[in-house]
Amino acid sequence: MLWHVIKRVAFYLLVIGIVFISIFPFYYAIITSFKSGTALFEINYWPRTFSLANYTQVLTTGSFPRNLANSLLIASVVVAISLVLAVTASFALSRVRFAGRSLLLFTILAVSMFPQIAVLSGLFELVRFFGIFNTPFALIFSYMIFTLPFTVWILTTFMRDLPIEIEEAAIVDGASPWVIITKVFLPLMWPALVTTGLLAFIAAWNEFLFALTFTSSNNTRTVPVAIALLSGATQYEIPWGNIMAASVIVTVPLVVLVLIFQRKIISGLTAGGVKG
Amino acid sequence: MAIAETVDDAEQSAGSDLFRQRIRSAWLFLTPMLVVLAIVAGWPLLRSIYFSFTNASLTNINAAQWIGFENYLSITTLKSGRVIYDGLLVDPLWWKSVWNTVRFSVVSVISETIIGMMVALVLNAEFRGRGIVRAAILVPWAIPTIVSAKMWAWMLNDQFGIINDILLNLGLISQKIAWTANPDTAMLAVLMVDIWKTTPFMALLILAGLQMIPGDIYEAAKIDGVHPVKVFFRVTLPLVRPALMVAIIFRMLDALRIFDLIYVLTANNAQTKTMSVFARENLFDFDKFAYGSAASTMLFLILTVITVVYIIVGKVNFEGGR
Repeated sequence: MLWHVIKRVAFYLLVIGIVFISIFPFYYAIITSFKSGTALFEINYWPRTFSLANYTQVLTTGSFPRNLANSLLIASVVVAISLVLAVTASFALSRVRFAGRSLLLFTILAVSMFPQIAVLSGLFELVRFFGIFNTPFALIFSYMIFTLPFTVWILTTFMRDLPIEIEEAAIVDGASPWVIITKVFLPLMWPALVTTGLLAFIAAWNEFLFALTFTSSNNTRTVPVAIALLSGATQYEIPWGNIMAASVIVTVPLVVLVLIFQRKIISGLTAGGVKG
Repeated sequence: MAIAETVDDAEQSAGSDLFRQRIRSAWLFLTPMLVVLAIVAGWPLLRSIYFSFTNASLTNINAAQWIGFENYLSITTLKSGRVIYDGLLVDPLWWKSVWNTVRFSVVSVISETIIGMMVALVLNAEFRGRGIVRAAILVPWAIPTIVSAKMWAWMLNDQFGIINDILLNLGLISQKIAWTANPDTAMLAVLMVDIWKTTPFMALLILAGLQMIPGDIYEAAKIDGVHPVKVFFRVTLPLVRPALMVAIIFRMLDALRIFDLIYVLTANNAQTKTMSVFARENLFDFDKFAYGSAASTMLFLILTVITVVYIIVGKVNFEGGR
């Protein structure tokens, strides 16, 4: 009986440990973001002072609002284009038997695991050639390399699991594949599209290497690059309060979205094995 | 494309006709996606490899001239008879970054697998508050890497960081540690953040594998009085292995190309410089565009070899992950 109690207690200690380690850094970033002036350099475990100074400074001075708009625009457009291209492609990959299909699927999976640095110099040349260096188009274009294969892969696994019967009637009626996609599959695919779109959005929102390389001015940067390069009045003065405020601003919407859609996200993640 | 063009539907029966029409439209549907991937992935990859055999410089990419393997290895014999080796393959800084990357990847993936397995086993048990735990572990995953790097950089700050404060209060350290700047602890700091950030992904993939194991196997083991540890190693682990193998290769490939976390957390620290950081630094900061391309080509090669060996040796079945 005692042994049973000890096991129970140990289990719940483990559970509390997991929850604590998972959320403490974010909690600490939030309480830091509400500190200002010298309070920033006192170590507190609980919120003591409350000041919105960091938030007003981040949102009113500098280019952070612009960076937020850039990230929002780029991630949305990237998701929209990838989903449109992926829906038709994954129909072909999941519902039609043709020679070379598994090779194609494997190639797509390989591209989704691609090291971005391996294409960086070639992409840089291409971006300059197209004249889109330091514009949002450079990022919309280059982000296709990871959002597209990933959306195709997840939508393919989703469509493959749908029963053949749903198509049969449409085929017998002589519906063209395009009609089958738009009238039969699309209405069934909303949950999968939301999940995939959300995961692709997060990936594009968080991307750093391309954003760092293909933009060069404060006004064209995306949020991750802006946060990484946020500097203070002098080189040696790191504005921790501002950085934490900016971090909280970009993270809260993501965390809220993820918690709302957590079941869908978990199923999408396990289907696709997306970058963490 | 070839298939679509060779379709000759003039003399086909109705059923086969439909079948061919389906194949043709399949290729039509695939074409836009394939074209985009070819432009954004295929072509740049080929160009990057090409640049590694040229003397291209950042300011004048177009004037690149073919110089063969010089960027990888060039052997010059001086008049005195001394032979000088130069290039990536004899660059100690490159091999140092290869070693850093491999060490980082192996340690982080092994730690993530073990901790992820623990978390997955916890989440696979029935208990009150399971939903809260599952939601909580999604938080590190949802936080952008750059943000988590900054959050941890602040917590690991030598003067005002809470980690030093906690460790001092617990008496585990006697003086404050400059975690990210100190050569001895920089790698530890990077590992800590990476494990924190990516274990949830591992845990969720393993959990998906665990949930596919039928419950009656455990029932049978329980009735037979098999020790839980034995059940884990004899039943759970073999059955979850396919999912685990897929999760490990995904994480491994991700770890081997790590860039952002290290760029932000321990910038310019030689102890944590990885292959990606080395390549980008040469490409854009040192104006050694061709040399950087050689490094990124090598990285690609190393990753490909590791993946192929892993898939063959580990008999990975990508269908097993679902």
